[in-house]
Amino acid sequence: MRWDFVLEILPKLGKASILTLELTVVGIGIGIVLGLVSSLLRISKIKPLDLIAKLYVDFFRGTPLLVQIAIIHYALPVIFGYIPVALVSGIAALGVNSGAYVSEIFRAGIQSIDRGQMEAARSLGMTWGQSMRHIILPQAVKVSIPPLGNEFIALLKDSSLVSIIAVEELMTTGRLIMGKTPRVAEIWFSVALLYLILTSTIALFVNYTERRLQTGDNR
Amino acid sequence: MIIVKDLHKKFGNLEVLRGVSCHIKEQEVVCVIGPSGSGKSTFLRCLNRLEEPTSGEIIIDNIQVTGEKTDINQVRREVGMVFQRFNLFPHLSAVQNIMLAPLKVRKTPKKEALEISEELLDKVGLSDKRDAYPDQLSGGQQQRVAIARALAMKPRVMLFDEPTSALDPEVVGEVLGVMKTLAKEGMTMTVVTHEMGFAREVGDRVLFMDEGLFVEEGSPAEIFNNAQHERTKAFLSKIL
Repeated sequence: MRWDFVLEILPKLGKASILTLELTVVGIGIGIVLGLVSSLLRISKIKPLDLIAKLYVDFFRGTPLLVQIAIIHYALPVIFGYIPVALVSGIAALGVNSGAYVSEIFRAGIQSIDRGQMEAARSLGMTWGQSMRHIILPQAVKVSIPPLGNEFIALLKDSSLVSIIAVEELMTTGRLIMGKTPRVAEIWFSVALLYLILTSTIALFVNYTERRLQTGDNR
Repeated sequence: MIIVKDLHKKFGNLEVLRGVSCHIKEQEVVCVIGPSGSGKSTFLRCLNRLEEPTSGEIIIDNIQVTGEKTDINQVRREVGMVFQRFNLFPHLSAVQNIMLAPLKVRKTPKKEALEISEELLDKVGLSDKRDAYPDQLSGGQQQRVAIARALAMKPRVMLFDEPTSALDPEVVGEVLGVMKTLAKEGMTMTVVTHEMGFAREVGDRVLFMDEGLFVEEGSPAEIFNNAQHERTKAFLSKIL
């Protein structure tokens, strides 16, 4: 190992890890919105909506993310005739993919809430939507935080896959440096270290959020 | 006040209610008793359509409860319900539990909703628990908050679904006490209960249900001292 070389490439990799983090954060953000909508459709008892959400979840959980990235970046532009932008394709793929997983996380969270909660809310004259918003979701989101944290970390690691469409995140940057030098070990251990720092930071943040939400309501 | 005509409820092939009719007058306290599995709770839950009746007609305060066009949320505003397992909202404090529905459903201004809630907490004897969360309250206290929560909507009718069955014996009295006060104030109440003492003392009328039908009804004295039907007698002999 040549430590001076590691120090030389670290700033570049560090900058790339910021893009990795940004990709993941925007991806999970889109995922949370899509997942929330999809989970509500799934429990809505309106058959066609439930079916659409189920197809969405099954497709994106049942096919490799790598293939989904290829579809979004290569196949869709051919069908709809537009010029793809790698960064946009990458974020979109991460977003819709995590949306499918988040949908199942929220669905499990919502279903874990005692049926009596919905009954009590409805018996007071609240609509289904009001009951969801004020009673069920606040409790469901809380129980969903730990699995959401896991999904966040998994997505951060999976974001390395967008390197196949040449988004210059951490993985791609590692490969680009590798093309210019024979110091392969230094590069990939550095890349691994940066991923590890990112995932550990997220884990800390999730733990903190979890603990903060627990105070005042120790169920 | 409450008119029920030929109410049926099936769960799959199981017919839980087999043609129930009754008429509950304004300010009347009606206690529904009977063996477990007889359909008492299902009957009560049909009244605000937490269970969807299979057939039959329910009219509360001149509003048709059953029927396609009914805005059930409108009906439920006027019909308070208290559950066996309290069902307080665990993420909200006592006072927030009580003021939520007035705020969101009745669109009561916040200041007024807060006043109503504090009055009700006082009424059920829990002013000092205003900011406590449900898990910081005993079962009896939780149920009293639940009663206050239902009352905050100023309902015309209150339904109680075995309100003391999940409570430790020593706190049953405090909940029954609150219900007794309500009855004295003239609230129309329908109470599914195993508390025969309460039915005897507070009830204006007792309905005995068995196998999905009202087998016998009468004043508490008539039912408890002079039951006519064999099944009523058999049930009462087991529990009294």
